Amino acid sequence: MFDTLTDRFDAIFTRLRGRGRLGDAEVAEVLREIRVALLEADVNLAVVRDLIEAIRIRCTGAELAKHLTPAQQVIKVVNEELTATLGGEALKISYAPKPPTVVLLAGLQGSGKTTASAKLARWFRQQGRHPYLIGADLQRPAAVEQLRVLGAEIGVGVFSEPTDPVAVARSGLAEAQRLGRDVVIIDTAGRLAIDRELMDEVRRVSDCVKPDYTFFVVDAMTGQDAVQTAEAFHRALSLDGIILTKVDGDARGGAALSVKQVVGRPIAFLSTGERVADFETFHPDRLASRILGMGDVLSLIEKAEREYDEEVAGQAFERLQAGSFTLEDFLDQLRQIKKMGPLTGLLSMMPGVPKEVRDAKVDDRDVGKIEAIICSMTPLERTDPSVLDGSRRLRIAHGSGTSTTEVNNLLRQFKEMQKMMRGIGPMAKLVGGGRPGKASKSSKGNRKKVKGGRVTPSSRGLGPTR
Amino acid sequence: MTLVIILVVVAVVLLASGGLFVATRARRRGPALTLPPVSRPVPPSSAPVPVVAPPEATAGEEHKAGRPVLKDRLGRARGLLAGYFDQVRGRSGIDEATFDELEEALILADVGVATTTRVLDDLRDKLRAGVLATNDAPALLQALQDDLVSIFAGDVESLSYADGDGPTVWLFVGVNGVGKTTTIGKLALREAQAGRAVVLAAGDTFRAAAGEQLETWAERAGARIVRGADGADPSSVIFDAVQHAAARGAALVMADTAGRLHTKVNLMEELRKVRRVAERPPGVLTEVLLVLDATTGQNGVVQARQFTEAVGVTGIVLTKLDGTAKGGVVLAIRSELGLPIKLVGVGEGLDDLVAFDPSEFVSALFG
Repeated sequence: MFDTLTDRFDAIFTRLRGRGRLGDAEVAEVLREIRVALLEADVNLAVVRDLIEAIRIRCTGAELAKHLTPAQQVIKVVNEELTATLGGEALKISYAPKPPTVVLLAGLQGSGKTTASAKLARWFRQQGRHPYLIGADLQRPAAVEQLRVLGAEIGVGVFSEPTDPVAVARSGLAEAQRLGRDVVIIDTAGRLAIDRELMDEVRRVSDCVKPDYTFFVVDAMTGQDAVQTAEAFHRALSLDGIILTKVDGDARGGAALSVKQVVGRPIAFLSTGERVADFETFHPDRLASRILGMGDVLSLIEKAEREYDEEVAGQAFERLQAGSFTLEDFLDQLRQIKKMGPLTGLLSMMPGVPKEVRDAKVDDRDVGKIEAIICSMTPLERTDPSVLDGSRRLRIAHGSGTSTTEVNNLLRQFKEMQKMMRGIGPMAKLVGGGRPGKASKSSKGNRKKVKGGRVTPSSRGLGPTR
Repeated sequence: MTLVIILVVVAVVLLASGGLFVATRARRRGPALTLPPVSRPVPPSSAPVPVVAPPEATAGEEHKAGRPVLKDRLGRARGLLAGYFDQVRGRSGIDEATFDELEEALILADVGVATTTRVLDDLRDKLRAGVLATNDAPALLQALQDDLVSIFAGDVESLSYADGDGPTVWLFVGVNGVGKTTTIGKLALREAQAGRAVVLAAGDTFRAAAGEQLETWAERAGARIVRGADGADPSSVIFDAVQHAAARGAALVMADTAGRLHTKVNLMEELRKVRRVAERPPGVLTEVLLVLDATTGQNGVVQARQFTEAVGVTGIVLTKLDGTAKGGVVLAIRSELGLPIKLVGVGEGLDDLVAFDPSEFVSALFG
């Protein structure tokens, strides 16, 4: 995994300690690092250049604030610049006075238009609207079939007929009016920006239905090419917004920054998973942190909100503080966390996780083993592991298909964790009052930081503030 | 295992406080969010499709003159990089500005910072050592091209077949929307034309209508297809396809799989199982092909690494190279992971899937 920018900066700035001002040499070195980080995140070169210039102006000769380390200060500037570039006006959907409001989706092949159409329809329905889907992708085999299946899943009608895309759009619109639907979403075929014929076709569809909103669907994994493609689509269709897809991968999503800069229209939605429900409105600050590799704790919290039972979480937290966290609780939590995706993915979203832990190769299969071991214990054993003698341990190992060494390991580690957590409990009350300053390199110290620094800039992660 | 425990507890602490945070927010907002029903995951749409399907007598090798050449295809979009190289060529000497321009050109082609830096440092060394003259820009460009081509040195490009009796099995993997199904369709046609009896395994039981998509391709290629019910275990579909192929004496099984992000552990786990089943006799698994979209940026390296770790990728199929994207990430993948590029997709036509040619690819980069 990538080093975070902060780690790299710390190295540069160790030399700087004691001085009150950023020198030109340090700034130049830091800017080089930022440039590499942005390029590695697939931000377009031209966009990187503009950003670097803006950052240079703000950093050169800047006074060092007392409460931030130089690294933090530069990161703050970078973060602000990125957020400003990504942000600007948010997209507010205003509905057409004379329904239906027409939304057109366009983009390259495989960017996720069909799925995004269905997700968008679901989103509109949640807003209390009555959406209707039109499948105008007549090229890819079974694309319309795919839309129909998705439509059935979310309970939204789908229109299509095997004629041509313009005709489909026109009759679909008429059908929507007849049915009294107030939002129409048109899925189009994927096309290359340099394919004149197909670009003409989508323009004709657009001319025919006069969409109120045209969204460009772009894959978060896209590289430098994002700019050319977006430019071409913008020229042809005059885009109103961007839908960024496959955000649930580990791509940094620098393409979003490039596209936003080129098109000058807001990023409206993020498609964050394979289920129809995985669709959210866009928050510039979070993506900025992600591009910088600084973790995305707000999205993590939102994910937790969706998948995590808050009551159970609250209880677990209290027990952690009280030091009465049992193996049973641990199992509960493990299962909850499992729902949220692979551990490595979760870790990458957490700022302040020590580098050693972040880089560690985690085998998620171990999660299964741990689950099996705990499940092989009796309720008594789970609440009071001290009763576990050799024969019980052997039984558990047999029952869970593991070895006694593994069982022993789990128990020992769990015990140590319990001890450590008792110390951390009170830290949680410091939320909002995290101390800036040099992070202790000990993993324990850092783990505390995860807690204390959740909403404040710690020396490791500049958590996006609310 | 130790780590997992540490991580879970770290996560619990963070999440628990997150949970509290959420609790207050939820209260403010009124009713808590209801969990979405655990519906079948729906990967984004994938795979481009040919507009026309007139397969002018193709069948690979013997038809080299007529096959689409990368450079022609890329010609439509070369402007950007060619400009950089022309600029370098046009200048009398070689200085830092030259290197800046080369660096920008390579980065714009998605080659990535690490590989670019390495290649350019190499050139600088050659200049310093006097291997290259400081006033000969064309020679510098040639040296750069050679360096890039040499990254692919030793590539075995052709797809391999089983020696023995059992049917050859090729497994196709990749993230969502890179064109796995389309690649299989085109390749099935090519193999069928080369006289092999092909069986397609519709292992994408996930995405709505993926099976239908592959079926359309099977019809075009005149191949047999084995499908399972929607949501069926993909391993079982592939198992059936291999059995079917063995029983009928078919030579080749091409197994489609659902697109999956490499970060989804459970889906990667499923893929591991698919591989285990695919290599069971009588089938002989000779290729695990990672399909990669040419528009992919630096995340392509991560994808290649993760898929290789999970299922032992044997080669890469680079698709959608006919757009404006240069697909330079394969240089990074090749130099970091050593994976060979086996095929490239350069268009929507049925015969637009061609063998990878390093020097063609690199000279296409240079426009």
